[in-house]
Amino acid sequence: MAGTFKFELVSPERILLSIDAEQAMVPGVEGDFTVFAGHAPLISTLRPGILEVVTGAGKKQIFVKSGFADVNGAAVTVLAETAFDIADTTSSQIAAEIATAEAELAAAQDDDQRALAQIAIERLRSIS
Amino acid sequence: MPSLKDLRNRIASVKATRKITKAMQMVAAAKLRRAQEAATAARPYAERMDKILANLGGRAVRETASPLLVGNGKDQVHLLVVLTAERGLCGGFNSNIAKLARADAIRLIASGKTVKILTVGRKGADNLRRDFSRNLFERRELTGIRNVGYKNAEDIADRLLALFDAGEFDVATMYFAEFKSVIAQKPTALQIIPAKIPAVAESKDAGAQAIYEYEPDEELILSSLLKRNIATQIFRGLLENAASEQGARMSAMDNATRNAGDMINRLTIKYNRQRQANITKELIEIISGAEAL
Repeated sequence: MAGTFKFELVSPERILLSIDAEQAMVPGVEGDFTVFAGHAPLISTLRPGILEVVTGAGKKQIFVKSGFADVNGAAVTVLAETAFDIADTTSSQIAAEIATAEAELAAAQDDDQRALAQIAIERLRSIS
Repeated sequence: MPSLKDLRNRIASVKATRKITKAMQMVAAAKLRRAQEAATAARPYAERMDKILANLGGRAVRETASPLLVGNGKDQVHLLVVLTAERGLCGGFNSNIAKLARADAIRLIASGKTVKILTVGRKGADNLRRDFSRNLFERRELTGIRNVGYKNAEDIADRLLALFDAGEFDVATMYFAEFKSVIAQKPTALQIIPAKIPAVAESKDAGAQAIYEYEPDEELILSSLLKRNIATQIFRGLLENAASEQGARMSAMDNATRNAGDMINRLTIKYNRQRQANITKELIEIISGAEAL
């Protein structure tokens, strides 16, 4: 259990995070799952939620909106379109994200989109 | 023969032009560095997405796979997505992209296909308007946007997907200039719908890929991945274009600055000759006047 793996968080614009992690909790679309080193290969889509990465130095919490996680034995790669570190984010930024999510909820065309937007709003409220 | 005053004015005006082109060159150089950084920073996302896509797409069932991957079975209506710059004065950058798109459009029309053109960027529309005014389907502009963001690409991708779902086109190809180096930009055509699955060396990691688990199932992941992939490809096109545009502008302005310098030299020589000729003429007049006395 003591092993570490490479954790990468990549947004379309740049690599946001690339560290050695001991454990990562990923909000998968069918439920949160926690990854340790040597996890079985897995590809999952994400739902809006909080990604927790535990490293030797401490714990990082990152809000992700949607994207993919690619897990294989040696590395976890999360592709996320919207992601921000909760510790570095001010409440006004979160309020702006809530507003975007609400606009998405209003514009949603099917139940899936509506549900995702709803979850995003709830999650954002819970951290603000 | 222009008078001395005319020559002086021309030299002054060419000097002013040289200052402007020099400044534009330096601005382009600064912007180029930023654009290049943005393009490099965006690469990992596209690479990793390609990897997942290659993994999934290689194993998707051909018959049931998303039309974004295998096409909708038709090949009649082609949509050309032409990405160009908003501004000129960057050498052949805009016209090279337009030229490639034009050649393809002519070829497609000749073989009986329907061509629709969607332009992103003012210059592309200007360039193609004369020949294909009936095919110009939609024009989008990114004026006033300093740095293209993923959001811009997403907007275009959403529009394309809506059009594709509405059956407005069967095949979409994107035209942009690939950034090779500061002096070389290669106009490129890239088919985005149906997607070209990147051929990642599968044999190498075939063993590792065979035991992947998927959440939810493969088909769902693949279809949402394909949608995102379009936005990612467009984003890549926009970033490559931004870097290419600045590179092209930089070398165009470098040439212009040098030309202006040459012109100033030539004009200065002409000015000096003219001045000496005038002095000689005046001296002859004085001497011949004195001799006549």
